[in-house]
Amino acid sequence: MTFINYASREINCKIVYYGPGLCGKTTNLQYIYDKTNPTAKGKLISLATETDRTLFFDFLPLELGTVRGFKTRFHLYTVPGQVFYDASRKLILKGVDGVIFVADSQVERMDANVEAIENLETNLKTQGYDLSAIPYVLQLNKRDLPNVASVDEMKRLLVRKNEPVFEAVAAKGPGVFETLKGVAKLVLADLTKSS
Amino acid sequence: MAAPDIVMYEEEFNQIKAIISKLRVDANSKVVFLVDKNGQQIAAHGDIENLDTTSLASLTAGNVAATDGLARLIGEKEFSILFHEGEKDNIHISIVAQRVILVVIFDERSSLGLVRLRVKKASEELNRVFANIMSKVEKEKAAAGAAFESPFAEITDEDIDSLFSE
Repeated sequence: MTFINYASREINCKIVYYGPGLCGKTTNLQYIYDKTNPTAKGKLISLATETDRTLFFDFLPLELGTVRGFKTRFHLYTVPGQVFYDASRKLILKGVDGVIFVADSQVERMDANVEAIENLETNLKTQGYDLSAIPYVLQLNKRDLPNVASVDEMKRLLVRKNEPVFEAVAAKGPGVFETLKGVAKLVLADLTKSS
Repeated sequence: MAAPDIVMYEEEFNQIKAIISKLRVDANSKVVFLVDKNGQQIAAHGDIENLDTTSLASLTAGNVAATDGLARLIGEKEFSILFHEGEKDNIHISIVAQRVILVVIFDERSSLGLVRLRVKKASEELNRVFANIMSKVEKEKAAAGAAFESPFAEITDEDIDSLFSE
């Protein structure tokens, strides 16, 4: 649910990073936060446990500049990946404009990826959304690790529609901004359709 | 889409600003602001220079969402008021028009009773404004139909690329 303010000429969009536990959702946000011009970003808020696992959400507001005279802001959220935080995940999907699914490329995490993507589909449905209809991209994270599944294999398991797929190493940066830009494009393109 | 997009027009925006600035004075409070249930700030009034309102908006919405979840777990529709008491400052949170969150921050110069009373009155006025906004959005959509020009209809790939080039 994009919030368009004609009075102050602003568009605010909500992007959610989804994925299994420890796949690198918070790491994506952290990298974006570290590499963004201080004037363009707000505070990175992490509601995490003492062991730095996400408890409720991480939040990062980004100001991207203007399109057609409208100030464009993206609010980036992550969900807690651990299975038992499902109630919180549902809440965070409320009013989402675009979703990034962060998949863990390690072979032993494939089952967790599949489970999480099915969970995403279910939770979107309970909020009245359809994965096949909303702006959505897939990120294959941790490509630098030795025990990764092949890109083809991951695509076979995880691709749900003709979504853009990005390879990434969130901890070091490659693919992080490409993924964000990918979903931002889809969200803004979606605005041009919805009238 | 689950719910229609909120579109804020100049006229209603000014009405909202007037209502919350009056509420701030009437309730003797420090800050009053309005947040959409998804965490987007709609309007703010008061001593907000040293306040991170974006974070405040997002955390408030998270707080309300979690409390809504709690309410449903025990069979309540919602808890319409949340109150956080601090040593100096207190936060009063209430739901307006089912979709907007009204937040009042106040200190010892005011009291919970006064804030509740004034919030109730302002809520009624805000309810009317939001009902107007929603009917306006519906009307525009219905009347204009295919002819409705979204201001974003002409966004190009270059526009989007330029957002990320800085």
